[in-house]
Amino acid sequence: MLSDKDRIFTNLYGVHDWHLAGARARGAWDNTKAILDKGPDGIIDEMKKSGLRGRGGAGFPTGLKWSFMPKEVKDRPHYLIVNADESEPGTCKDRDILRHDPHLFIEGCLVAGFAMRANAGYIYVRGEFYNEAQNLITAVREAYEAGLLGKNACGSGWDFDLYVHRGAGAYICGEETALLESLEGKKGMPRLKPPFPAGSGLYGCPSTVNNVESIAVAPTILRRGATWFAGIGRPNNTGTKLFCISGHVNKPCNVEEEMGIPLRELIDRHAGGVRGGWANLLAVIPGGASVPLLPKSICDTVLMDFDSLRDQKSGLGTAAVIVMDKSTDIVKAIARLSYFYKHESCGQCTPCREGTGWMWRVMERMVTGNARIEEIDALEDVTKQVEGHTICALGDAAAWPIQGLIRHFRPEMERRIRARTEKLAAE
Amino acid sequence: MPKVTIDGVEIEVPAGITVLQACELAGVEIPRFCYHERLSIAGNCRMCLVEVKPGPPKPQASCALPVADKQEIFTQTPTVKKARNGVMEFLLINHPLDCPICDQGGECDLQDQAMGYGFDRSRFHENKRSVPDKELGPLVKTSMNRCIHCTRCIRFATEVAGVEELGATGRGESMEVTTYVEHALSTELSGNLVDLCPVGALTSKPYAFEARSWELSKTESVDVMDGLGSNIRIDTRGAQVMRVLPRLNDDVNEEWISDKTRHALDGLRHQRLDRPYVRRGGKLVEATWDQAFAAIEAKLKGLDGTKVAAIAGDQCDAESMLALKDLMTALGSPNIDCRQDGAKLDGPRGSYIFNPGVRGIDSADAILLIGTNPRWESPVLNARLRKRYLSGHCAIASVGPAVDHTYPVERLGAGPATLRDLADGKLGFFEKLKAAKHPLIVVGMGALVREDGAAVLALARDLAEKLNAVRADWNGFAVLHTTAARVAGLDLGLVPGEGGRDVEGILAGCEKREIELVYLLAADEIDTKRLGKAFVVYQGHHGDAGAHRADVVLPGAAYTEKPGTYVNTEGRVQLGQRAGYPPGDAREDWAILRALSERLGKTLPYDSLDQVRARLVAVNKSFAALDQQAAGTWGIFGKTGALTDAPFASPIANFYMTCPISRASKTMAECMASRAHLMAAE
Amino acid sequence: MAMITADPKDVPHVAHFAFTPEYLAKAKALMANYPPGRQASAVIAVLDLAQRQQGWLPRVAMDEVAKLLDMAPIRVYEIATFYTMFQLKPRGKYLLQVCTTTPCWLRGSEAVMKACQHAADGETFSVQEVECLGGCVNAPVVQINDDFYEDLDEASIAKVLDAFRRGETPKPGPQVDRQTSAPIGGATTLKGE
Repeated sequence: MLSDKDRIFTNLYGVHDWHLAGARARGAWDNTKAILDKGPDGIIDEMKKSGLRGRGGAGFPTGLKWSFMPKEVKDRPHYLIVNADESEPGTCKDRDILRHDPHLFIEGCLVAGFAMRANAGYIYVRGEFYNEAQNLITAVREAYEAGLLGKNACGSGWDFDLYVHRGAGAYICGEETALLESLEGKKGMPRLKPPFPAGSGLYGCPSTVNNVESIAVAPTILRRGATWFAGIGRPNNTGTKLFCISGHVNKPCNVEEEMGIPLRELIDRHAGGVRGGWANLLAVIPGGASVPLLPKSICDTVLMDFDSLRDQKSGLGTAAVIVMDKSTDIVKAIARLSYFYKHESCGQCTPCREGTGWMWRVMERMVTGNARIEEIDALEDVTKQVEGHTICALGDAAAWPIQGLIRHFRPEMERRIRARTEKLAAE
Repeated sequence: MPKVTIDGVEIEVPAGITVLQACELAGVEIPRFCYHERLSIAGNCRMCLVEVKPGPPKPQASCALPVADKQEIFTQTPTVKKARNGVMEFLLINHPLDCPICDQGGECDLQDQAMGYGFDRSRFHENKRSVPDKELGPLVKTSMNRCIHCTRCIRFATEVAGVEELGATGRGESMEVTTYVEHALSTELSGNLVDLCPVGALTSKPYAFEARSWELSKTESVDVMDGLGSNIRIDTRGAQVMRVLPRLNDDVNEEWISDKTRHALDGLRHQRLDRPYVRRGGKLVEATWDQAFAAIEAKLKGLDGTKVAAIAGDQCDAESMLALKDLMTALGSPNIDCRQDGAKLDGPRGSYIFNPGVRGIDSADAILLIGTNPRWESPVLNARLRKRYLSGHCAIASVGPAVDHTYPVERLGAGPATLRDLADGKLGFFEKLKAAKHPLIVVGMGALVREDGAAVLALARDLAEKLNAVRADWNGFAVLHTTAARVAGLDLGLVPGEGGRDVEGILAGCEKREIELVYLLAADEIDTKRLGKAFVVYQGHHGDAGAHRADVVLPGAAYTEKPGTYVNTEGRVQLGQRAGYPPGDAREDWAILRALSERLGKTLPYDSLDQVRARLVAVNKSFAALDQQAAGTWGIFGKTGALTDAPFASPIANFYMTCPISRASKTMAECMASRAHLMAAE
Repeated sequence: MAMITADPKDVPHVAHFAFTPEYLAKAKALMANYPPGRQASAVIAVLDLAQRQQGWLPRVAMDEVAKLLDMAPIRVYEIATFYTMFQLKPRGKYLLQVCTTTPCWLRGSEAVMKACQHAADGETFSVQEVECLGGCVNAPVVQINDDFYEDLDEASIAKVLDAFRRGETPKPGPQVDRQTSAPIGGATTLKGE
């Protein structure tokens, strides 16, 4: 188990003062200038060495991502964009950073912005996080007043402005190019790639979009050294991670733990165990709504990191662990996610716009067994027609939960169909 | 030039194009709905998916993917086929299968591509989506259940037409193409939405349920509703013109036409002159051709040529204007004019054509509009100006009416005084024009149809000279005509001869009884009250102003009913074709004049269309080069003189009604009513 | 230029909207967060202000926002209908945004939803089903105007709603004895300090 001294988010639960004074007492903004003195390349090298992989879901190496930004600022300014549009069902970690440790995060923005030669950053906070955004705005103001942001930030000679931008209710804005569109004052419809944001992002300028957690851990990594961070977890899956444990556990919670912690240990140690005991476990969605679920047999032993979960045809995603015990109507649980994706599809491209609605409607019938057995195959085929054919990953995200359900719970789906058929025949 | 391999065949393609375009060059067909070469890339329909190596292990939208050297493109793999079949299935699940009652039937992209990629049955057992229809004005009929959300219409309205009024509200499967608050689109190009819509969501309202595409005969022709000479296709069933569609010509109209070009056609069915008339006892009574000719012959008997005059109308073909000119010459009359509006144009060819050509707009880098509202005078050319604006680095200013051009225009002032200041280098914009490599000066009729028109023209010429806008490699002096016949008329010299009278002189002469016979060749845009007691012969196709005043009416043919040569504002000679025959006893116009000349004993020296056309070339060799455009000869023109204070006004006060055909069109009347607010704003 | 003939269906007609000086000042301040010429970036923020001033977002308010930001009205209509937080019809004083996505559903959002639907009278309370609010370890969550009420059940939501009815503002956050997102009964980590 991770020891407290290796935890980055020491005010995760908001027990302590989140304002500048409190944050400083916990180590935030501690000699930030020294970090910036490493220079952009020094910072990026250190981030690469730490092995940090993006905490927003895709797990792309953060240092490498930063290195894609042009090495010089030419005619177009560079932008740091932070994705605080936390909306993946099951995920509520960035919320705690925003409201309880905003300064650690703001310091990360300065460091990341500096490393990618950006003089301005925008933080896109989901609209529903009104109070969280207010804390963040207050913290940004405090940082400006203390000379930590703005002209000659932290005495580094680098100017850095940071703005908080609120969304207004659209999961799709968590997709990085949809976020950029929304930030430009348009509908959150993902862009075609290429071009990638590092070449042409916000206002057509070089931009990099990072998750809140990825940015917030950066100052600590740079202060304590890449070796420290890389020493936690497993190779290629290093560091600490915020886990969100929700659903049928005795004590749902957020917790910062070591990457690669066994799923069972995570649940038992921090979330008070599965409701009714481990034996009562039916399935777990290990990384937010868009990754395929895992049945208990896999949950018994699986480790919580990118590679282990990928090997189980699922994913770490946002490390949002949704636990379902044996009382769960598993088909309905996934059908509700299908509704979510239908509701959140931006409508731009055909397979997602049409496919999410189709999949959801069939899933609703699967809940009651109002279908034919062959329709399970048809449904799976439809998920395959959506997957990989859309502009952004929402189509994939809508397809995977259903594929996971069919992979692991097909007998349950068939049972419902047979039961209904038999009941109708009997009547 | 990158080399790519498409389905195993290597091909070299220009750098910077997309994979879809490369496939087209290789002759490999890629299905698509949202992609359109004249609109921005949306990449949303996902029909054009192909596999590309190197690249991610999933199919890519070829419309949005740039080609790269050594790229391998696969368009026929099982993965591609499955992807496209899947997309097609998704498009069809919520699309009503109502092809038998859909006007798009037979020319529907979805229907066509479903033949290649569709299943023969549906796996979709849910209810289909229902979307309320939208009201988009008198031209565009909507059936929104059929919409496949390709957003071509939205992109056209926003990008080409320049009216940001169409959008997609809501999201996901609830997304709807709409104006949100219902109103007719404020554009003169809305008919093009119907052409762009790949399905039957947007269809032509006036043409609704009129015909099936396979019933129609298709004739390639040229439009006469404005001076641009848009290339059109006239679709007829039997004798009736059913619809007018654009033809592709990148040099002229790209693939757009104005709403008047497309939808004034119902005017061809109303108020037609289908037999000769002769005025007896103050009333026009039906007559035979012989009686009509006899009446003219009687009037002309012993009449001195100087008391005879002729005015050619705005939509005349060159052949009939030539015959008119030859007849007047034979009658000894120097009183002839093709400038009903009194435009002060009679100089060398370079003084009255759009010298740089429509294509020249694309390379212009500073544009001055003088006395013109191109949006109403030539909506398609205006779209070209807008396109130039969108591509950036081009300042546009105007001296003339304050109007919404659909692109930003710096309004320097209203009238001649501003133009003089500009020519004297007193305005900042002069420097912008001076600094431009390809300055473009567009002179509209609003600047020339005035008493001081010749002085304004001279001033515009002066400005062009000062800007070095007319040189060997570039001629940026551009006259924008509002009429289809004008340039041919000027090319053929339908201006007063030695001692002859122009339109104003003819009308004044009528009032003073110095002119006793006036021959109106489809000329309706004059003040007919001023014809006084003169004997008026009207030859034309509509019972409009001219025919009402006439003493003898000779029924001619409308532009769809005769082969005819037209010269557009650029000086481009184009051929119109006959799509049907004129009604009743009406005849082709040059032939009427030829017949009359024989009756009058002044037989014109041609007896067939070929002979007339040979004579056209003999009169002006520019008629020899069809579909060509080049700058005209330059020289001294205009007349330095006093300028008045009156602001320049566009001669088009009402876009929808500018000629006998459009005035007879109920559709145009509806358009006018639906946009009354816009007219009021002018 | 466009002729406005009607509001979208089923929406009360509002003839006029103008920002109050305070709201206008806020709008201008938010617009200043973006580079010159990029004021459209503030569209969500300014629509939000209009909604806060009016209580909901009538079409005239969207038009006013379009004017302020120099945008075509249709682009603003698109935005207002795309993002779910914009209320295109009048609503009650308290908007009960009940999350029913799987994590909340697993912990009893159905009962919470029922209680909210029961309370919704269109004047004091309006209810809206929303997708994941991002408070999953405190499920079920209901967002009431700007505040999250967490760890709810049928009884505790009833208490919260009663308090609102009495004109009080109940304390947002977990409605059980719990420190924000920490496990009930005390954190398992960060106990050192």
